[in-house]
Amino acid sequence: MAWARNVLRVNLTAGTCTNEPLNMDWAMKYLGQRGLATKYLYEEIDPKVDPLSPDNKLIMTTGPLTGTMASTAGRYSVVTKGALTGAIACSNSGGFFGNEMKNAGYDMIIFEGKAPKPVYLLVQDDSAQLVDAAGFWGKSVWDTEEGIKAKHGDPQIRVASIGISGEKGCKFACVVNDMHRAAGRSGVGTVMGSKNLKAVAIRGTKGVKVEDFAAFAQVTNAAKAVLAENAVTGQGLPAFGTQVLMNVINEMGALPTRNFRDIQFEGAKDISAEAMAEPRRSDGKPNLVRNGACFGCTIACGRVSTIDRTHFSVAERPEYHKASGGLEYEAAWALGAATGVNDLDALTFANFLCNEQGMDPITFGTTLGAAMDMYEEGVLTTAQTGMPLTFGSAEALVKMVELTGKGEGFGVELGLGSKRLCEKYGRPELSMSVKGQEFPAYDGRGIQGMALTYATSNRGACHLRSYTVASEVLGIPEKTDPLVTDGKAGLVKAFQDATAAVDSAGICVFTTFAWTLDDIAPQIDAACEGNWTSEYLLEVGERIWNLERQFNMKAGFTGADDTLPKRLLKDAAKTGPATGKVAELDKMLPEYYELRGWTPDGTPSNETLSRLGV
Amino acid sequence: MQKSLHIDPGKCTGCLQCEMACSYDNEGAFNPSKSRIKVFAFHDEGRFVPYTCTQCDEAWCMQACPVDAISVDAATGAKVVSDARCVGCKVCTIACPFGTINYNADTGKVVKCDLCEGDPACATACPTDAITFIDANWTGLERMRAWAAKTDSGAQASA
Repeated sequence: MAWARNVLRVNLTAGTCTNEPLNMDWAMKYLGQRGLATKYLYEEIDPKVDPLSPDNKLIMTTGPLTGTMASTAGRYSVVTKGALTGAIACSNSGGFFGNEMKNAGYDMIIFEGKAPKPVYLLVQDDSAQLVDAAGFWGKSVWDTEEGIKAKHGDPQIRVASIGISGEKGCKFACVVNDMHRAAGRSGVGTVMGSKNLKAVAIRGTKGVKVEDFAAFAQVTNAAKAVLAENAVTGQGLPAFGTQVLMNVINEMGALPTRNFRDIQFEGAKDISAEAMAEPRRSDGKPNLVRNGACFGCTIACGRVSTIDRTHFSVAERPEYHKASGGLEYEAAWALGAATGVNDLDALTFANFLCNEQGMDPITFGTTLGAAMDMYEEGVLTTAQTGMPLTFGSAEALVKMVELTGKGEGFGVELGLGSKRLCEKYGRPELSMSVKGQEFPAYDGRGIQGMALTYATSNRGACHLRSYTVASEVLGIPEKTDPLVTDGKAGLVKAFQDATAAVDSAGICVFTTFAWTLDDIAPQIDAACEGNWTSEYLLEVGERIWNLERQFNMKAGFTGADDTLPKRLLKDAAKTGPATGKVAELDKMLPEYYELRGWTPDGTPSNETLSRLGV
Repeated sequence: MQKSLHIDPGKCTGCLQCEMACSYDNEGAFNPSKSRIKVFAFHDEGRFVPYTCTQCDEAWCMQACPVDAISVDAATGAKVVSDARCVGCKVCTIACPFGTINYNADTGKVVKCDLCEGDPACATACPTDAITFIDANWTGLERMRAWAAKTDSGAQASA
């Protein structure tokens, strides 16, 4: 119940698809999705493997709640060794694909090896086959998705695919499903491309059942009421999306600007949720068409947007005059503040292109910001870039997103990600990244907990591994001072463990603006066999965190990688409430290691690993 | 009082809670592919539209059925398929102008919305009130109220 108890193993080298039972002993210890797939990966590959070699594996995975009526329960993740980072990668996506996979009767699809030529996987319930993708290789995500549905004459097929960027080895390629939902970070799409796997197309009609439906209906209805009555999940997110944060984070002096040179962006209001709702001069319509939900989601934070038809990016290109996935906060920040661009239509165009060609907008935007930084310093010249890469140039953003998406011109260089790009041009300190992955939209100088969050995240810099912004900015579950380091080690650990469990259940982490584990545990408990309490979920989360850490240690990472770029550690914030502050990582990291039960150099101790059964 | 399902697409976010509720009520599993109400996403326009049987009074499906397998539930007004009588000939699926009665190859019978014996699961599950179950004689009441509120509002404000 809840789990389909079935794994589809696809050997791309041999061209075979076989079923095997889900390892239920592991499921009881790692729940599903993020945790359980990491366990499979950890057991099945050498963490030292080249992420782009056939020896790496790529796992698409649902959680036990995926496909049920629990709110937001349509999630799936892509777990692999990340192409961008070389660390454990787990990228989570919404949309409708996850439910389709579960309804076809699979908890997981494990891809191994490499296809001799481009293929896609076609799954129709029990039938799974690899199909020649020659007609789709070289096509965008959007064309691939529409093309596969048309080819099989079934508009109800759900597709997850890579764009041209993933085929051409851009290090931050995503897996995009349902046109604009992405397993976005760490280069999971790059790994998929390296396997010559263009797409996964699924139609599932088997249904998903839960252990105790009466109890499940009761607890999920109660939990939905909690979401509806909460100011963030019931009002803020549906009305404004995550973009509700743009002006808030800017005012508190934690909005990294122009590759983290500044900490407040004078153009923030122009790219905010409020700006998306403003009628345009050209046609009187706002950028935002409406909000939209992922499968089963009663929050519906998703944005549906259009670009001003008179904007230079699309004036001659009617194919971009249609509505599509609009700006979320992280994308708006990376494409805008990190590059100094305050042109909302240019940002929306870049966001469309990231979806169309399957690129992580966070890493794309921050990498462009780093390139702009090098251009302004004279390290890069117009001869190399093909055009001026000055901070604030909307023309540069529009041109570069297209070149990077198609792997052409200077876009090939940008496709390296900021770490490799900055190293190549002799300025490694200008890459705003940890373990090779770029920061998202919160500055660790203005929100100290996020400094520790980034430094210790197992998949490289990430806001979704321990979103202490909830506490330090929004007061969830209780308000802490963003400029103070005291208590942040414990806060980060608590968020990391809880989030690891949430990410393993099949639900969206945004529920935790309103839900605690006390709201989530009863839903899992009613759906699944076993005894799933809040306390046990925290233990599961801590186990997952340590397993991910062990993967990274075996891959060659050490405590020395739990650090931040010099710009955050040495260059104090120049404006706003955090003026004079640097990221005080040294005040938090030792306590964090101690709370984790790790040695002072950041290695999980044998006692900790054996206590958790890792 | 007879009630009708009333659909307001402007409120629909496309979450498919209705499809899960419908399929669970009828099939005992969360299975949108077996739902009798479908939400259509018009991606390029940013629109989501739930659609299901409107329970026509002079129902084409009922009149077309050669074995009288479709009858009116007197309590709810729903047109209900009798699985015992249905022979799976699919003539009703041809007759229905709206496409809301469909064949289920697993059972060999046709399926359509039966208003869940007067307590439609889709309306209960909808988180945004895009689907409601209201007085069949006054499905336009809310829309009338909204327009009424605009009428003469200038005079109200200046009074």
